[in-house]
Amino acid sequence: MSAPTVAFDPLEPPEPDVLVPRRRLRGRRRNTPLVAGLTLFSLIALVALCAPLLTNHDPIQQSLNEAFLAPGAAGHPLGTDALGRDVWARLLYGARVDLSVAVLAVVSPFVIGSLIGLVAGWFGGWIDTIIGRVIDVVIAFPFLVLIIALVFTMGPGTTSIYVAITLVGWVAYARIVRAQVLVAKEQEYAMAARVSGLPTWRILLRHLMPNVVLQAIVFSMSDIVLTLLAIVTLGFLGLGVPPPTPDWGTMIQEGQQFILSKWYMSTIPGLAVVLTGLSLALIADGIVEKANRR
Amino acid sequence: MTPLLEVHDLHVDIPLSHARLHAVRGVSLVVGTGEAVGLVGESGSGKSLALRALLGMLPVPVRFAGGTVLLDGEDVTGLPAKQRHRKLTDAMSMIFQDSLTALNPVMRVGDQIAEAPLRKLGKSRSEANAIAVDLMGKVGIPDPERRFRSYPHELSGGMRQRICIAIALSTKPRLILADEPTTALDVTIQAQVLGVLRRLKEEEHVAMLLVSHDLAVVSQACSRLYVMYAGKVVESGRLVDLVSAPKHPYTFSLLRSVPDPDHRVDRLLTIDGQPPDLSEPLTGCSFAPRCPFATDRCRGEDPALEHVEGAVGAPRQSACWHVDSADRWAKGVQAEMERQH
Amino acid sequence: MKYPVYVAKRLVSLIPVLFGISLIVFFLIRLIPGDPAATLLGSHATVQSVAELRSQLGLDLPVWQQYLTFLGHLLHGSLGFSFVYNSPVTDLIATSLPVTLWVLASAAFFTLLVAVPLAVWAAARRNGVADNIIRAVPVIGLGLPSFWLGIMLILLFGLKLHWFPVAGFGTTIPAHLWSMVLPGVTVALTLAPILIRSLRASMVEVLGSEYIVTASAKGISRTRVVLGHGLRNAASSSITVLGVNLAYLTGSTLVVERVFSLPGIGQQMINSILGRDFPTVQGITLVFAIMVVIVNLLTDLAHAALDPRVKLA
Repeated sequence: MSAPTVAFDPLEPPEPDVLVPRRRLRGRRRNTPLVAGLTLFSLIALVALCAPLLTNHDPIQQSLNEAFLAPGAAGHPLGTDALGRDVWARLLYGARVDLSVAVLAVVSPFVIGSLIGLVAGWFGGWIDTIIGRVIDVVIAFPFLVLIIALVFTMGPGTTSIYVAITLVGWVAYARIVRAQVLVAKEQEYAMAARVSGLPTWRILLRHLMPNVVLQAIVFSMSDIVLTLLAIVTLGFLGLGVPPPTPDWGTMIQEGQQFILSKWYMSTIPGLAVVLTGLSLALIADGIVEKANRR
Repeated sequence: MTPLLEVHDLHVDIPLSHARLHAVRGVSLVVGTGEAVGLVGESGSGKSLALRALLGMLPVPVRFAGGTVLLDGEDVTGLPAKQRHRKLTDAMSMIFQDSLTALNPVMRVGDQIAEAPLRKLGKSRSEANAIAVDLMGKVGIPDPERRFRSYPHELSGGMRQRICIAIALSTKPRLILADEPTTALDVTIQAQVLGVLRRLKEEEHVAMLLVSHDLAVVSQACSRLYVMYAGKVVESGRLVDLVSAPKHPYTFSLLRSVPDPDHRVDRLLTIDGQPPDLSEPLTGCSFAPRCPFATDRCRGEDPALEHVEGAVGAPRQSACWHVDSADRWAKGVQAEMERQH
Repeated sequence: MKYPVYVAKRLVSLIPVLFGISLIVFFLIRLIPGDPAATLLGSHATVQSVAELRSQLGLDLPVWQQYLTFLGHLLHGSLGFSFVYNSPVTDLIATSLPVTLWVLASAAFFTLLVAVPLAVWAAARRNGVADNIIRAVPVIGLGLPSFWLGIMLILLFGLKLHWFPVAGFGTTIPAHLWSMVLPGVTVALTLAPILIRSLRASMVEVLGSEYIVTASAKGISRTRVVLGHGLRNAASSSITVLGVNLAYLTGSTLVVERVFSLPGIGQQMINSILGRDFPTVQGITLVFAIMVVIVNLLTDLAHAALDPRVKLA
């Protein structure tokens, strides 16, 4: 014969004071940032892809007679630069170069960083400590400074850019993935996998990785923007994609001397960068919101 | 003489994405100067929200949805927000359940007590500090000058709650609203904190409205009681009257479910079911689904809170169609308990 | 533990990091394709000078010995010798570092000036119009190249409106200050979005706390509650973010110095790169890393000083 002292069940849902989340509740709504971001980015990518269709000028073709034409001049919607090259064409082909390098350059830091983070988080102990120390040292260098120094030592060129960004950029992914792994390690599916006797690499890659990789993917969106900025900055400093390949950064630098009279030479490529960055930031936000909804 | 606080027909609701949760459904109560009144009910009865509504301190989605509040007979509900806030905070203070989150973690406790005298009452820094030390002594904190410089996380739960009481006193309130002040404390510390509150009432004549789900706590500190269920007051009256002769089935079961060493009730009553979903409109008495004595009338019509017979000068209220059958209940409850055990 | 002991402990923990930094800087030279000495001398290279430099740099010795020599030089305060400028690297840095520090200070000042009020305002009026606009800023600001922004500001405020100088550092203190405005604002506008985002989030969380209710219930003014209780708490947790941002900021000064032609170590680094002056590049990279380490240390110490809950153990 039991003598329960509590006569009432706790109320469901819980005490109203703490019941409701503080966000304004909107109900089912389209994921605006994701849609907007994807649309904008697809547009930009499409334009870059179809560059040959959208202009019949060669971006590296110089024509000194036609230098400094204003936007709207015959056949040059955005005018020409100091060497008579069509700005619109350079913008489009520059998009190809910059976007492809930015996206590709993110891949190896993503892969390498995630793997390192996975290992550090899963094994812990001295492996984690050592990796942690390495991370501490790498982040002690300002991102841009280290990239510039690396590109300088290895010699300017696209390969150097890829290598430099990989050497510096893996850190962020390692940290993100490591943090996720520390949490995931304690989850049931991880423990079950461990107990089942599967080889470690299998556990890591097949079971853990898919679950922890979401945050890394979200970050990679903003990382593409940061990488794009780095590439464009390198271009501005003369250390980027080697001329005469068009690049937004070099375009901005070339336009700087003529800023007062031909403001569009520097302004327009910059706007292109901002727009691309905006679209990717929206995508990143959209992914986060989608993940929160689940 | 005009009561210190009068609340008429208070409504509070919470707009949710799918519904509107009507958490407080027409609560009226009165607190006289220097009186200690209790508000009892289980989790979800709306008692905490009712209390917070009085100071205008409802958390973001929760809304004040109707009613009047009178301070010393003056209606403050219609006043512009700033003025209303001013009057309410001048007259009343609040202490919360969790003393750790109720205190600013990066500020010394003494400064937190001294803040109101300094900023609101216009005292100088040294005067405010002296007041703070004095208040700390009043609430029973040993060695107050030294403790002044402590941070909240350095103090025990009981000490922190006393600090919260001291802060509540720092604005020279005439009424302290206490929202489950002892729930997070050990039983022995509970008794100490309640002792502080009792002493304050006797020595400083500070009135108190104490909200709790624990009848034992309320019975140690209050002379008059309101019982709430599902957002409404279902019974009220003097503590002694309520405890000796409850006039609502819910109060009855509350009493019987508390182990009381004095009365040797070795069998306790359980009540099946759960409180109702307050986002649905309710027909009939809200307690009917769980009441062992519910009749069709109970299920169809919601009983209003009526005055019932009580001792002279001790108003009693109850919201039940079967108030007059109190004796039958006693027998019925006995039978119910026999059945369960 | 007591605060001074905490400071000492933190300083000690820096040592491995400093070692690591010196290692990385040391290994930079290994990445040079071909013969480092020849590349270093560039146009000054002759068979003899290359051989001399090789032995001077100890390039014939085993790697670990080279590192120790390098470390030894470092600890004696020598960062090498610049053949291009014909001067010890430390001298070059010493002349240009003050300018960079001015830029850093200006950038920090403007970043806080922009970010803090906006973040507090957005958090205090959550979901209002201002909040939604302010929350959109980081989204736009993520892709904003600092050098482009600098050029735009030069165009508008320097060339069109003539409010600020567009290049150079000036020779007097007032001229210095004036020349710091546009560079500082440029960096601030690129950094503020990140800081606004995190500070706002901190503030929102803090403003939802119970002690804010306690403070409001005392009847003190809302401004005092938001600033005195809210901001104080949010600040102590945001200061770490500020520190990380400031560390990132040191990198942005490099670009800004270039855009505004300011003779700081960033500008020096670029010039050295264009002039193939490796020792200076190496030295400045090291200095940058040390600056970041110092900034992080200072913010950690500030955080511990501000927030009594930080376990100093």
